[in-house]
Amino acid sequence: MKTARADYEVISALVHEGARVLDVGCGDGALLQKLIAEKRVKGRGMELSQAGVNACVAKGLAVVQGDADRDLQFFPDGAFDYVILSKTIQAVHRPGAVLAELARIGHRVIVSLPNFGHWTTRMALLFGGRMPVNPSLPSSWHETGNIHLCTVRDFAELCASLGLMIERGVPISGGHAGSPFAKTLWRANWFAEDVVFALVATDAAVKPAGDVVKLRA
Amino acid sequence: MSRASNTVPASPLRGWSSTGGVRTITFGEDQPLHLSSGEKLAPLTIGYETYGELAPDKSNAVLVCHALTMDQYVASPNPATGRPGWWPRIVGPGKPIDTNRFFVICANVLGGCMGTSGPTSMHPDGRAYGLRFPVFTVADMVRAQAMLVEALGIPQLFCVIGGSIGGMQALQWAAAYPNRVFSCVPIATAARHSAQNIAFYEVGRQAIMADPEWREGDYLAQGTRPSKGLAVARMAAHITYLSEQSLHQKFDRALQEREKISFGFDADFQVESYLRHQGQSFVDRFDANSYLYITRAVDYFDLAGDFGGSLPRAFHDCPSRFCAFAFSSDWHYPPEGMKHAVRALIASGCEASYVEVESDKGHDAFLLEEPAFEHALAGFIDAAAQARGLTTGAAR
Repeated sequence: MKTARADYEVISALVHEGARVLDVGCGDGALLQKLIAEKRVKGRGMELSQAGVNACVAKGLAVVQGDADRDLQFFPDGAFDYVILSKTIQAVHRPGAVLAELARIGHRVIVSLPNFGHWTTRMALLFGGRMPVNPSLPSSWHETGNIHLCTVRDFAELCASLGLMIERGVPISGGHAGSPFAKTLWRANWFAEDVVFALVATDAAVKPAGDVVKLRA
Repeated sequence: MSRASNTVPASPLRGWSSTGGVRTITFGEDQPLHLSSGEKLAPLTIGYETYGELAPDKSNAVLVCHALTMDQYVASPNPATGRPGWWPRIVGPGKPIDTNRFFVICANVLGGCMGTSGPTSMHPDGRAYGLRFPVFTVADMVRAQAMLVEALGIPQLFCVIGGSIGGMQALQWAAAYPNRVFSCVPIATAARHSAQNIAFYEVGRQAIMADPEWREGDYLAQGTRPSKGLAVARMAAHITYLSEQSLHQKFDRALQEREKISFGFDADFQVESYLRHQGQSFVDRFDANSYLYITRAVDYFDLAGDFGGSLPRAFHDCPSRFCAFAFSSDWHYPPEGMKHAVRALIASGCEASYVEVESDKGHDAFLLEEPAFEHALAGFIDAAAQARGLTTGAAR
């Protein structure tokens, strides 16, 4: 899937050389392999599916079989420089609790998510009157594992309520990073198909993000 | 000085001493096994079997640690009992642990009754040890294996693998000899024996000791066998190896060779008949005192206990790569126990994978056909072999 690869490119650019990385919902390990090859990270993964875990183990990756909603207790506090949740948050049962766990485990949390606020989605609902089906959201409403879809602004608000500061936000549209119309969160909420966020926990109260947060490609 | 031989030192168990063909190595009085209890065991004989060829650089050795009542015949028939190798799906030519590629070692566990020193062995005074055999631990079992591996001239094992109490030994290996274990595969096991498991083992031991033929453990000298007690012990333990679902699927309430219930205490149900058969066939191949000693060693197993109560400390700085397996319907060693160990491995920075196989076969799943398990294991072994620089096919 082209869009999935686009967020991998962005994530790889965000991660520093030799970092300790945990990929939650790592699938067949493609992102971990990419990060190991490109950034020589010390990579670990967690994956729910048997097929995914088997594929990872066969690639020599260190991956534990587990569920983001239940099994993040595998990992001790501050064990990783980055914890990555790529296009998984919309499929977990308790996104807030999961985000808080990720912030406990990693110094930085990188989340990529499909933006339900994209204008085509809004139009599809407004004029079609049907739940949208598109490359970012390929399954119909009754089959999708995406039980907690959100918009970019919804997500930013959740981060603020958890004391997570958005350090970076990278919009993705048309299968690659950057969107000419998505320089701010508000605009990204209309024009980014996906967004990759780098989050960092902060003790200070975080103002709900608005148009002040600059998004850069 | 150690001495290798191909026959069992005279075993008082009938039928076993004369069969021959059991490879053993004996460590003399000058090389005692130092036990956790503080006692020393000498001489020490270890019965073992090997498969495949050791590479010239000795890099391709795999140690398979067997479960409670298994033996060293992991991939070949037991010469004494004629039973086929117990892990045919995993160890052999072209199997996940490919004997064309790896040199596989499997040793009868300390206290066992298939060539390794145990309560059936002769005390230097010429009578069977019986209860005079020192109580030992899982750490002692591993220490004995380490003596064998050293005697075979292998500085580092490519892999230590085992299921059930064999998995405990694998974990103990990584904790005790981190630099001698390149990869470690604990299967359907835990880093500590649970209260529930101690309870089941105690039922088994009490059944043995309640048998009048046990004779306070001196049955070999007195010419009796506590077969009834040992059979009951095996029956109770066997239930823990199966899941409720597998019992249901296999037997449900089916009657044994009869149309209706007998209003008596004969084996009306197939499941009763099956358990009785399990118990009966077990007493022909296993020793009651060995069962007492080995179960006791497992009861005592609490890996964290040897490291100030901290399991992560047990694996501190351990360079081994791990792949732990658990089976969803295993209530003998449930996935939660394995996860507990994996958490500790991760906390200590180890490279650890954890695979939880969806299975309805219970604890014994690791011995049965379970393609997802076999596939994951083969993948892990292969990736580890590549990391270790082992070539495909026979390493010569």
